[in-house]
Amino acid sequence: MSVIELSAGFSDKVLSAQSTFRSVMEAIARPGSLHRVTTGIGAVPGLMPATAAIALTLFDHDTPVWLDPQLAASGVAEWLKFHTGAPVATESADASFALVTAGASLPALENFALGSSEYPDRSTTVILQVESLGDGRACELRGPGIDGVTTLNATIAPDDLLERLAVNANLFPRGIDVVLVHDDTIVAIPRTTRLVGG
Amino acid sequence: MARRYQVVYYHRQLELGKIEVDVNGETARQGWRKAAMRVLAHAPTAEIGSRLDQIELPAHVQLREPENGLVMVRGRVGGDGAPFNLGEATVSRAAVRLASGEVGFGYALGRDREKARLIALCDALIQTEAHADLVETQVIAPLRKAMAASRAQAAAEAAATRVDFYTMVRGEG
Repeated sequence: MSVIELSAGFSDKVLSAQSTFRSVMEAIARPGSLHRVTTGIGAVPGLMPATAAIALTLFDHDTPVWLDPQLAASGVAEWLKFHTGAPVATESADASFALVTAGASLPALENFALGSSEYPDRSTTVILQVESLGDGRACELRGPGIDGVTTLNATIAPDDLLERLAVNANLFPRGIDVVLVHDDTIVAIPRTTRLVGG
Repeated sequence: MARRYQVVYYHRQLELGKIEVDVNGETARQGWRKAAMRVLAHAPTAEIGSRLDQIELPAHVQLREPENGLVMVRGRVGGDGAPFNLGEATVSRAAVRLASGEVGFGYALGRDREKARLIALCDALIQTEAHADLVETQVIAPLRKAMAASRAQAAAEAAATRVDFYTMVRGEG
């Protein structure tokens, strides 16, 4: 893929990045709630608008990014390199972020970086594109940032993702943070969030 | 002083990449772009802008918004030319893509983002068949001429103050 086919980045770099950062921060602070990422960003083949916005906001040359096989085969790596300078990690365990477009290609969560007890922040944040947010199977979530219990309706592939995230309970303070993306909507499931009854 | 050195260094780098018009068309075009960058990097923003305004520009998008950043300026020192880091210089850069697909890149010393954008636009236009000649004749050539004239004038002014020190020869004995 040549540079000629590259899509444009943010139309207003600073403000777009700030507002995207704010959305992601709010989403992580209020797990299970829907947040919108509205930025002027051109279509990037393979990525939903919110995924692309998060990539441009959070990725830089210090954050190795792991791409699922589908994305790796597309031109997204070139796009990321041009706009963010982020290196592509071949091993998921080395990645600060993982971009996953198809749930089927999500590896076992233990294959990602889980951080260390001294540096629990050095774990992988998984950005997973899903079929639907606000519609689908209802899951009850609890944990910090949630007043009691919140219900998340979502169609997520793999459909046992939330159950699989139960590994976070034993790992704490290590663990995996997940951001679910559909179109321009995001939901965060940080490592402290638990499935009620799970 | 440091800034002056950077400019000189930068200019040297551009000079070193002297244009070789190859039989290979691609290289010739690269040389053309290089030659244009040599002129544009030193031209005032307003001059580039006003000259570009006279050309009917094709539709284009900003692939990379004009932005400021730092680059490490390296120099060489000593007899063997060992490289050293002189310091950081502020640089503006931009990337523009024309509707026809050509991508132009612009880098300029300083914080003038508009200049970087205009340079990127010129770079993209030079790569097109339709606009290359127009940009060369309407933008690059007049700027190159003005630059050469001002340099010649500066050289002439300096030459006018030349002193021949032949009277300073000491008569021995």
